[in-house]
Amino acid sequence: MLTAILVFTLLALVLGALLGYAGQAFRVEGDPLADKIDALLPQTQCGQCGYPGCRPYAEAIAEGRADINRCPPGGEATIKALADLLGVEPKPLDAEVGEEKPKRVAWIDEQLCIGCTLCIQACPVDAIVGAPKLMHTVIVEECTGCELCVAPCPVDCIHMVPLKIELDHWRWPNPEQRREIAEGASSVHVPSKPLEQHV
Amino acid sequence: MSERILHRFPGGLHPAQHKAESNGTPIRQARLQGLLVLPLKQHIGNPAQPVVAVGERVRRHQLLGRADGFVSAPIHAPTSGTIVAIEERPVAHPSGLSAPCIVLEPDGLDEAMQAFDPWPDFRAIAPILLRERVREAGVVGLGGAVFPSAVKLAGRPGIPIHTVVLNGAECEPYITCDDRLMRERAGEVLCGGQILMHMVGASKCLVGVEDNKPEAIAALHAAASELDDPRIEIVAIPTVYPSGAEKQLIYVLTGERISREMRATERGFLGHNVATAAAVYRAVVLGEPLTRRIVTLTGSGMQHKGNWEVPLGMLACDLIAQAGGYTPDVARLILGGPMMGFALCSDEVPLTKAANCLLALAAHDVPVDPLPLPCIRCGRCAESCPVELQPQQLLWDAKAGDFERAEKQDSLFECIECGICAVVCPSHIPLVQYFRYAKTEIWQREREKNKAAQAKERFEARNARLEREKREREEMLASRRAQLAAQKAEGETASAAVDEKQKAIQAALERVKARKAALQASAEDTPSTTTVAEAKEYDND
Repeated sequence: MLTAILVFTLLALVLGALLGYAGQAFRVEGDPLADKIDALLPQTQCGQCGYPGCRPYAEAIAEGRADINRCPPGGEATIKALADLLGVEPKPLDAEVGEEKPKRVAWIDEQLCIGCTLCIQACPVDAIVGAPKLMHTVIVEECTGCELCVAPCPVDCIHMVPLKIELDHWRWPNPEQRREIAEGASSVHVPSKPLEQHV
Repeated sequence: MSERILHRFPGGLHPAQHKAESNGTPIRQARLQGLLVLPLKQHIGNPAQPVVAVGERVRRHQLLGRADGFVSAPIHAPTSGTIVAIEERPVAHPSGLSAPCIVLEPDGLDEAMQAFDPWPDFRAIAPILLRERVREAGVVGLGGAVFPSAVKLAGRPGIPIHTVVLNGAECEPYITCDDRLMRERAGEVLCGGQILMHMVGASKCLVGVEDNKPEAIAALHAAASELDDPRIEIVAIPTVYPSGAEKQLIYVLTGERISREMRATERGFLGHNVATAAAVYRAVVLGEPLTRRIVTLTGSGMQHKGNWEVPLGMLACDLIAQAGGYTPDVARLILGGPMMGFALCSDEVPLTKAANCLLALAAHDVPVDPLPLPCIRCGRCAESCPVELQPQQLLWDAKAGDFERAEKQDSLFECIECGICAVVCPSHIPLVQYFRYAKTEIWQREREKNKAAQAKERFEARNARLEREKREREEMLASRRAQLAAQKAEGETASAAVDEKQKAIQAALERVKARKAALQASAEDTPSTTTVAEAKEYDND
C-alpha cells in the first residue's frame, strides 16, 4: 500500500517535472493559428474588416472575436480557405464590410497632383513614390488596391482603375459560365467581322 | 531496316486524318505582302527586348529583339525594311488580347545581311559555341511548344544525353507541315540531327515518323543512306494520336517510361521536332537566324489547301488571301490542329514561330457544341487518357473549385491537354476546357499568394521603418533634452563659480574698505602735515 502511494507520488512528480520542462523548452512564440490565418489573408492592409490591418484581423479570428467573412478583397476564396482551416462552415461575405470587387489598382492623375504627400503617408505598402511639391505616382506592381490613398487626396486625383489583363496572366474562362453564355447566344466561336472581310 | 521493338502507350485515339487534303503539293513560298508584325514574345519565357528604334532601316536577318534572360529567345527581321512601330498589336491567342510587337514595313528589296558565320564543318566547332549559336539564332521548338531550344540543349548538369529523338510524328489531324518538310528537306532535318548529337554528345538519333507518311519515311531513308551515319535510325511508328507528345514518342520508340515528375532530358533523351532540327541546321551550317516557318493551310473552309513557307510576322489574313481565300461558308478559323488548337477571334493576327497550321472549317464541319449532360461515370476518358489520369475525377475537382486536390492528388499538371477525353465523352463534357481553366486558375492563385506575401513584406518593412523613425526621433529629442539639461547644469555650476568670485571680490572690497577706514581713522587722530602745507601753498598763490 505504502509502496504504491510512494511509486505513484514519485511518478507524478517526475512526469509533472517533465511536462513542466517541456512546456518551457518547446514553447511556441506568438500565436501559430493567427500566423496561419494571416497567411490566407490577401494582405491588402485595407482595414475594411474593421481592424487596422490583416494581422490584427487574423489575431481577432484566432481569438474568436471576429467572424471569417469580413474580408472583401479576399472574397469568397478567402472565406472558403479560412473555413477549411478552422473547420467551420463557409458563409457569404458580411454585407456590412462591403462587397467583393474585381481587382483594381490606384491611378494618380498626374496633371492634377499637387505633391502633398498625403497619399504616400496613407499607403500601407509604400507603393506610391513622390516628394513634397513634386508629382506622385503609383507603382502598379506593388499596389494592393486597398483604396486607403483615395480619401486623403485633397484634389481627388486618385482613381481606382481595373487592372489591365496581360497575356501571361490571362485565364481560361470557367466552362460552367461559358455554358451560360452559350445558352444565350448560340455561336460563341464563330469569328466575327474581320474574317468575313477576306472571304 | 531495324529490328526495333515498338511499344504502345496507354489510351490514345484514331481520329480522322484529313492529311491528304494538304500534303499533295510542294511547299510554296509566301510573297511578302503588307506589314510584318513581330510579337516580342513568340516563345516560352521572357519577351525579347527590342534593340531597334522606330524609323530605323533593317536588313533581313538583322537582330530586332535580344533574348532577355536564360529562358528567352531573340527575334530577327524576316526581310529588309523600316521599323514603323513598336506597340501593342492583337496576337494569335485564345483571349484575342494584344501584346507588344515590332512592326516592320518591308521595302521589297529583301536585302540580306550575314547574321552569323556559316559553319559547314560543324564537327570542328565546340558544342558550347554551337549551343550559343542556336540561342542567338532564336531557334525554339517549332512543334508548337516554342520552348527555347538552347535551354533544352543545356540539359541537366551531370546527366549526359545518350539519345536524340527527332519528332516527325505529326499526330494531329489536318497538319502536314512536318510531312512536307521531311519529304522536301530530309537532308536538312537529318543534318540537324547530327548537329544536335554533336552538341550533346549523344550516340544515337532516332527519327520517329507515323506510318501514315510513307513518302516522308522514304525521303528520310534516302537522305540517311546519303549521309551514311549508322547512328541515325528512321523509325515508322503506328498512327495513334498523340504519339507526337514527347514522352509518348520516347515510350513508343524505346519503351522508356518517363515518370510524371521527370523531364526527358533527365533520363538522357533530347527530343526535338524535325522542323526545329532543320532550323538548327540552317542556324549552324548556313548562319541564318530563324525568320521563316512552314504553315499548313487546310480545312473545308479554305479554297486552296497546302503548305506555305511564310516570313514570321505575316498576318494570317494576308497569307490566306494569297492562298486563294476562304470558301463562302467558312465558319471558324483555328490556329493549330482540331485537337489542340484554338479558335481565333480575328484573322488579322501575325503568324509566329508557334503557328504550324491555319485550319478553316466550313459551317457543316464545325463540331456542334451540344449542351453537356451529367457525367455518367462510363470511364471512357480514363481509358483513353495517354497520361493515365482520371479525367472524371479532375472534372469534379475543377467543378467544385478544389484546385488543391486537382493539383496534388489528381496530378492536373501532368495533363498534356491532348483533348481526347473531351472527344470520347458520351455526355459531351468539355473536359479539357475544365482542365485548362483549372490550370490558369491555379497559376492565378499562386500569383495572388506571391503578391500577398510581397505586400505583407512591404507592409512590415514600412511599419519597421516608421517604428525606427519614431524611435530615432525620440532618441534625438531625448538627446536634445539631455543636452539642454546638461547645459543648464553647467550654467548652474558656472553661476556658483561666479558667486565664489563675487564673494572673493566682495571680500577683497571689504578688506580694502576696512583698511581705508582704518587709515582714515588714524589720519584723523594726528592732523596731517600735508594738508596744512597744502593749505599754505594755496594761500601763497
